Amino acid sequence: MNWSWFHRLASPPHVYALAARLTPWFAWPAALCILAGLWGGLVLAPPDYQQGDGFRILYVHAPSAWMSLMVYVTMAVSAAVGLIWRIKVAHAVAASCAPIGASFTFAALVTGALWGQPMWGTYWEWDPRLTSELVLLFLYLGYMGLRAGIEDTQRADRASAVLAVVGVVNVPIIHYSVTWWNSLHQAPSVMRLAKPAMPLPMLVPLLLMLLGFTLFFVALLLVRLRGEVLARERAASWIREVVSA
Amino acid sequence: MNGREGRVAEAFPAAPGAALAVVTAAAADRSAPGATALEAARLALLRDLQLAFRKRGQLVQPLAFFAMVTLLFPLAISPELSRLRELAPAVLWIGALLGSLLALEFLFRDDAYDGTLEQYALSGQSLTALMFAKTFAHWLLTGLPLALMAPLAALSLGVATTALPGILLCVAVGTVALSLIGSIGAALTLGIKRSGALLSLLTLPLSLPVLIFGARATQLAVHGASLLAPLELLGALAVLGITLAPLAAAAAVRISLE
Amino acid sequence: MPDQMLEVENLHLWRGERHVLRGARFKLARGGCLEVCGANGSGKTTLLRTLCGLIYPEEGRVLWNGENVRRDLPAFHAALAYVGHEPPLKSDLTPRENLHYWIGVRRPVGAAELSAALTRVGAQSWGERLVRTLSAGQRRRVALAALALLPVPLWLLDEPTTNLDSEGRELVGDLIRGQLERGGMVVEAVHQGLPESVRNVTRLDLAA
Repeated sequence: MNWSWFHRLASPPHVYALAARLTPWFAWPAALCILAGLWGGLVLAPPDYQQGDGFRILYVHAPSAWMSLMVYVTMAVSAAVGLIWRIKVAHAVAASCAPIGASFTFAALVTGALWGQPMWGTYWEWDPRLTSELVLLFLYLGYMGLRAGIEDTQRADRASAVLAVVGVVNVPIIHYSVTWWNSLHQAPSVMRLAKPAMPLPMLVPLLLMLLGFTLFFVALLLVRLRGEVLARERAASWIREVVSA
Repeated sequence: MNGREGRVAEAFPAAPGAALAVVTAAAADRSAPGATALEAARLALLRDLQLAFRKRGQLVQPLAFFAMVTLLFPLAISPELSRLRELAPAVLWIGALLGSLLALEFLFRDDAYDGTLEQYALSGQSLTALMFAKTFAHWLLTGLPLALMAPLAALSLGVATTALPGILLCVAVGTVALSLIGSIGAALTLGIKRSGALLSLLTLPLSLPVLIFGARATQLAVHGASLLAPLELLGALAVLGITLAPLAAAAAVRISLE
Repeated sequence: MPDQMLEVENLHLWRGERHVLRGARFKLARGGCLEVCGANGSGKTTLLRTLCGLIYPEEGRVLWNGENVRRDLPAFHAALAYVGHEPPLKSDLTPRENLHYWIGVRRPVGAAELSAALTRVGAQSWGERLVRTLSAGQRRRVALAALALLPVPLWLLDEPTTNLDSEGRELVGDLIRGQLERGGMVVEAVHQGLPESVRNVTRLDLAA
């Protein structure tokens, strides 16, 4: 099997150019989806019978939480690819993902707290979902801390890749144990809308926001990736050609 | 089967039984004319124990730390035994967690510094088995003493004597898991100066399940109920750790040697 | 012994932005000794560690008996002994105990063998003292004792004569000659060439 296409794909100058071309294809649809989702969620959807207008923060909270997990998985997978097949670009992808994922996690926590205030009367409840999000934030911070602590880029890549894989294996375990812990103490859990039939006018904007956030993540990743590739390859000859062009 | 344990893609054994088969296969693979993996692991374990006993004074440190932490809580809260009894699970487990963390920094540090780790990587033996041996030595020197001290600390917090065997058991099992989880962070942070805070940041999130199940088991023991369910979960975590942690630690050590 | 050969093809290695190894290549057959010469920082230690398989080169391969060493690193490691810049000794153990563990992890070794090796390097009087009380030269001799206990086909030595007096340097020459006569191979990193005449020596110069 001819793998040359794969190696070409993984070469830094190619990735740099490709990322530039692909970014608008993700950025514009992302903007559209998010705007449409916000319009649908904030304006068009009817207020929830139980929570009134307060539930609308769900339209930012749920996609953020979902993305925080998705980005971690993406980070772990690309780190594993870089670790096993020694592909430098994969490590650059993982490095680019981390701050984005941490930001999504932080956004999920903040929106969760803002939602909590009108709903529970308190900004923080040790609800299993929020607690798991908090732990995920620490996992991200640990990953970024390890990267920052090791000076040699190659070694930092590989060490943090091991950490990312160990982390991704642990996330389900942590989530399970936190949920188990929470169920022992019968804390009120009102965070999610009941499973049976979220009415369509509420659901569609949510799905749009989810799609929009995903596209936004990819666009942001591509932009960061270009910067990451530039920084890593700054001594290489192809950089000079690109810069002078 | 070639010893490519450094590759994370290498099979994560599906069950503890499979893990045992992997270890014995690796051991048999290296039989004559060299030493077996088991023999090498035994020597690695003995070396660490012998070194620890040469510095006998330092052996007491985790225990002293644990005692100090236990002392902090009554001083900070109240001397009433009835209140302390409710807090005992938390006190014991936070003490065990922090005590275990404290000793983790030194799990690989000296060996990395003087070239012993490099020789382990070049010995032709399974680095995974050697990492397991070192982690086991760490548990024998830190976790087990903490587990033996836990009943005493529990007594001082007003826990009934009937609960003590259960407490010893769950702290013993839990510290096994903690040592294994901690070995990963310790291996990853090799060579980073003043890595104590980073090591804690890496290890604590991964140790949360141990804390949750262990504290629950201790709580049930204190109230005289059966602690079988959380103890089994603790045991599962320990077994998972035995299976996976030395692999990850070996990978991390190889990366630090590059 | 089957026809053993160490071959290195076009090794390139970067450390960050430094191009440390620039196309190193050589062939070493049985009984051959390779001297890697270069000033400090020229990449001697890096080359040795790449030969060991500890470092993964960006380009090029290390071949042992015609096969890429990465295919079966443990088997390759079982066939080599590496002594780095600093002897890997624990200061809280005696030389005898250190050797017991160092060699024992690789192969079973008895007390008589250890005694013989310690005597060979002149450690009869100080073999039972803690390593922390020994001088740098004495520690280096303990490392040489380990070499004497590892008659494996390939020896990789990083500046083996550091801290040794003339008697010690002769000891190194003796050990290397013995290794070559057995049909083994030696790769050693040195500042300048060995003064003694060891036969069959190839030089590899690493420009700084």
